[in-house]
Amino acid sequence: MPDDAIVEVEGIGKTYPGGVEALRNVNLAFPRGKLSTLLGPSGCGKTTLLKIIAGLIPHNAGEVRVNGKKIQGPGPERAFVFQDFALMPWATVLRNVAFGLELRGVPRAQREATARRYIAEAGLSGFEASHPNQLSGGMRQRVGLARALAVDADIILMDEPFSSVDEQTRRKFQEDLLDLLRHRRKTVIFVTHSIEEAAYLSDQIALLSPRPGTVSRIIRPNVDRGRSADEIRRDRNYLDTVDEIWQILKQYV
Amino acid sequence: MRQPPVAGHIVWQLISFVFFFGLWELVGRWPISAAFPPFSQTLLALWQMIADGSLGNAYLSTLQPLVIGIVLCGMAGIGFGIGMGLSRTIEWFSLPIFIILQAAPMAAIIPLITYLYGIGLTSKVLAVILLAAPVIVMNSYKGIRNTHPSLIQMSRSFLGTRRQQVVKIILPHAAALIFTGLRLGLAMGFIGVVIAELLITPTGIGDLITYHSSVADYPKMFASIASIIAFAAVTIHALERVERRLFPPEIRGA
Repeated sequence: MPDDAIVEVEGIGKTYPGGVEALRNVNLAFPRGKLSTLLGPSGCGKTTLLKIIAGLIPHNAGEVRVNGKKIQGPGPERAFVFQDFALMPWATVLRNVAFGLELRGVPRAQREATARRYIAEAGLSGFEASHPNQLSGGMRQRVGLARALAVDADIILMDEPFSSVDEQTRRKFQEDLLDLLRHRRKTVIFVTHSIEEAAYLSDQIALLSPRPGTVSRIIRPNVDRGRSADEIRRDRNYLDTVDEIWQILKQYV
Repeated sequence: MRQPPVAGHIVWQLISFVFFFGLWELVGRWPISAAFPPFSQTLLALWQMIADGSLGNAYLSTLQPLVIGIVLCGMAGIGFGIGMGLSRTIEWFSLPIFIILQAAPMAAIIPLITYLYGIGLTSKVLAVILLAAPVIVMNSYKGIRNTHPSLIQMSRSFLGTRRQQVVKIILPHAAALIFTGLRLGLAMGFIGVVIAELLITPTGIGDLITYHSSVADYPKMFASIASIIAFAAVTIHALERVERRLFPPEIRGA
């Protein structure tokens, strides 16, 4: 395992009540300050693994360590971005983004100032007083991301964050995400079923095989991210990675 | 969605009223049953009852058990429903009771109430509560229980305590459904109070209906019936408007 792993998953097993085995003996290390992807067909337990790392659901075997310490439930160093956004429909964008800080008891003026900063960064200035139902899917997901960034966690866990937004929004969002990571040195763990998305975004891709979910391969795409998005999408390494992943995943579908 | 222009809306409503009352007038004048007065006579009888104060007095005594019953249901029923939604134990022993109460024909229980609590105000308040409580309790319960699971996970992942989860997520999420329950409960309460006044002892509106029917003053009997229907309809409709104002679609949970 690399020395600078921020999250280590060791021997994780999960069987749901009723006997469905979702994960078996999963071992993974997530490098600090990098973007790692959990990739696999539906039913491979990738979301389950992400929620176990988040401390949201209990596991039956093994342990998860964050900064070397075994986790017991959610912690301030991890923030979650939900697939279905999980925004409060009765609250404004401002309150939704500030909600993590509100739960921590940060005074109103202070948390709203912080929230406004991240709203601006997410490109949502002017929508502070809107309600989530008045926003498009892509904008809602930006609210969810801004909320996760506002609590200043080192690790951002994202559960298929782009699965319910349209293709154009998705591309723009992916580029913004890469931009953001370059500036903030966050560690991101990202669940997706899109091969292109994984190859485009990730420093490390863990391929999961289904029923029960287990790590079948770890790929570290050697894509130079210093260049523009369009150049990356034409990059030899990027295209090879996509092809390599597809050759492996093909046997599961 | 586009709404039709408001003025056109009102015109159509007026036309529908004119048509309905016109039909009533016509059928009332048909020499079939002496017990069915035309609209004009009913309206006149209504005016007489307002003028001599009998209608006002009747409403004062009818509203008493209704208001007491609904206020009690509003406090205890909502509290109970919330408790059922939050605690598996409370849910386990009380959910069956409310499911049975919701399905039971309440008029059958009213003689039992009279037997136990006599013919006074207590029995009438109880009749209102028995009809209104199930829908109020069940709506509060469902509002709590239907809280979106990912919102609960969201609150946990941002380190919310159970208390914060209830106060900041579950209760605001349930508020709209609880209010709907209160409105439906009031509608049931109207039914309860009129049944009680007809079955237990004639007071208020129930008294006006029974008395005028027994002395064959049909216009006044119809006026009493029509007035309580109109009163209930207008009240419930007003509450519905308040509800839409308080919980517009953009803040309601999916």
